[in-house]
Amino acid sequence: MYQVGNLVKKLSDKHGRKRESLMPILQGIVEKHNYLTDEAMVEVAKELDISAAEVYGTASFYTFLDTQVRGKYVIRVCKTITCSMKGKNEIIQTLEDILKIKVGETTSDKNFSLIETNCIGWCHKAPAILINEIPYTELTPEKIVEIIKGYLHK
Amino acid sequence: MTINLNINDQKVSVPRGTTVLEAARKLNINIPTLCNHADLCVAGNCRVCVVEQKGARTLIAACAMPVSEGMDIYTNTLKVRNARKHIVELLLSEHRSDCTKCYKNQKCELQALANEFAFGDTIFLDLVEDHNYTIDRSSPSFIKDDSKCIRCQRCVRTCSELQYISAIAVSKKGSHQKISSFHNRPMSHVVCTNCGQCVNRCPTGALVEKTYIDQVWDAIYDTEKHVVVQTAPAVRVALGEDLGYDPGERVTGKMVTALKQLGIDSVLDTDFSADLTIMEEGTELLTRLKKALVDGDKNTVLPMFTSCSPGWIKFIEHKYPQFLPNLSTCKSPQQMFGALAKTFYAQKRHLDPSKIVSVSIMPCTAKKYEADRPEMRASGYKDIDFVLTTRELAVMIKQAGIDFRNLEPSRYDSVMGESTGAGVIFGATGGVMEAALRTAYEIVTGREVPFNNLNIIPARGMDGVKEATIKIEGCTGDWKFLEGVELKVAIAHGLTNANKVMKLVKSGKAAYHFIEIMACPGGCIGGGGQPIPTSMEIRKNRMKAIYSEDEHMVLRKSHENPEVIAIYKEFLGRPNSHLSHELLHTHYVERENY
Repeated sequence: MYQVGNLVKKLSDKHGRKRESLMPILQGIVEKHNYLTDEAMVEVAKELDISAAEVYGTASFYTFLDTQVRGKYVIRVCKTITCSMKGKNEIIQTLEDILKIKVGETTSDKNFSLIETNCIGWCHKAPAILINEIPYTELTPEKIVEIIKGYLHK
Repeated sequence: MTINLNINDQKVSVPRGTTVLEAARKLNINIPTLCNHADLCVAGNCRVCVVEQKGARTLIAACAMPVSEGMDIYTNTLKVRNARKHIVELLLSEHRSDCTKCYKNQKCELQALANEFAFGDTIFLDLVEDHNYTIDRSSPSFIKDDSKCIRCQRCVRTCSELQYISAIAVSKKGSHQKISSFHNRPMSHVVCTNCGQCVNRCPTGALVEKTYIDQVWDAIYDTEKHVVVQTAPAVRVALGEDLGYDPGERVTGKMVTALKQLGIDSVLDTDFSADLTIMEEGTELLTRLKKALVDGDKNTVLPMFTSCSPGWIKFIEHKYPQFLPNLSTCKSPQQMFGALAKTFYAQKRHLDPSKIVSVSIMPCTAKKYEADRPEMRASGYKDIDFVLTTRELAVMIKQAGIDFRNLEPSRYDSVMGESTGAGVIFGATGGVMEAALRTAYEIVTGREVPFNNLNIIPARGMDGVKEATIKIEGCTGDWKFLEGVELKVAIAHGLTNANKVMKLVKSGKAAYHFIEIMACPGGCIGGGGQPIPTSMEIRKNRMKAIYSEDEHMVLRKSHENPEVIAIYKEFLGRPNSHLSHELLHTHYVERENY
């Protein structure tokens, strides 16, 4: 588990301790650690003097504020219509094969998580994925292998 | 400023800011509601209250729409009726409608609406089976069944607005939306106080008390067992509501008769142990004052907080554990009674305590949790075996086929059935304070508390936080040190108000000596185990009944209760004696704040 106390304090100092600061603080934690641990959410609740259930409620509303363990690189495959028509399933199949995980899972070395996402706005260059915040578009199985290789060597 | 509008072609004038729903009520036009609740802020999420506004493109939610000049509202057009029917049907499509098996059968607001609107076949699929709903039975006080939840969020608003806890909040979205605790943890493992205010306001069977009716029947039918019942002060002024009476009717005598007819071996009164609590807690307060003010004892902290309300106890354990030393060590009246039932009472009646089943009738769901606390086994047994709410007692009375209205009243049994008006007023916010002052003032000065007819008016009423200052004059004997002291007290009810007081205490700005806190709005009369529905008006009626019960008592000061005098003489010795501490006092636990 990652240590989050100082980060939460730093983010609260930066954004303020009002209720409306909750989102930027949660985003700040996710930016750094990819997901929110229970400890992180409790820490935020304490800092903003709101309930932990409320923090969890907000976090669980947003797909990009994960409350489950996520790897260093979160791969989000667009699952909406255009990407589906342009070969999303092949992309997922390829990713599952090279990472040896299913959609929704994280590799045992905690390097990659594979999940599906709703439209990320790259329909004109479908199929598209996000790896953390970087979009990769007009994908083919060959291209995706190369991209993942790049991350493996990072 | 007055706004004029028409509802169903009838003219009505209301102040600006009034909602369409309120304006319609003024005309006695009924608009159905579901997520709306008089005690809570507007949510406008269930849409059951939609009405048609002339010239508007869409239907509007009457509960959330403020009136405007010249509005033409229609509440019963074809468009409105069709929309409402679909709305109720959509709610039902996500609600497990096993009504005949449901604890809330015939008491469910959704069922009542279905009865009005959604008769016949529905065009919507039943989605309940597709969801992986969970039923949380982890709390000893209540059950949370998500398959019956329609996400109206009354519980969420209750927990946040009235109780400042937010143990539950809305999580996820769309068809996955769910009312959940922190990370879906079991309710027994989160900050929940078991106060049951959410249970009081849930329109369906999604939140109900955990019932122990069958266990109590089993004990009654078991001829080996001696069943002792105690009834809390607030039960007698509310039980009638579930048995056909208007709010505020006192049914004490009939309730005692009904309990005897159920087959209870001995019907006794929590008011007795409320009087005992005053002796213990009053003595504790005076001892604390002496230690702090005269002896300068650094380990003695002020203000002292009352400890009767188990919801409040759990609140402070979670939220302000640094103030646990300020809590009175006195157990609540329920638990004092329980510890004595299997010791003193058993001896007096020559009974084997292992054969005694101790049942309490409480206006409260948190009492079920309190009875289960590991600290509450001072008698060597579980001090209280089962706790039933006011609502559960009403169910038992109906199950037994008792004609409640035509019962002759009867008196409580003895011993531990005698009480005073001071014990009765424990049921309303400020009552413990008033009872404590009636006794403490007299112990210290030898004179009655200086209020007309013992009625300490500043302690009464529905203000969220009440304060009073009482100057102590004419002290006698050991109490000379209190001469001229201005005793500062505060009273709060509802945990949001309790939190306000706690913030003051924490900041060091408030120099109180003694603070009474009750977890529920209005005190126990508004408890989570009381008849549903609840509203300020209903609670005020119950409160009036409590004080009228007090006025009608011959004895109105705890220290004059003959059975209390006797128990000290025969058994306990004196208040705060060694045996008292063993049986009647307890300690508290620090808990996590989530």
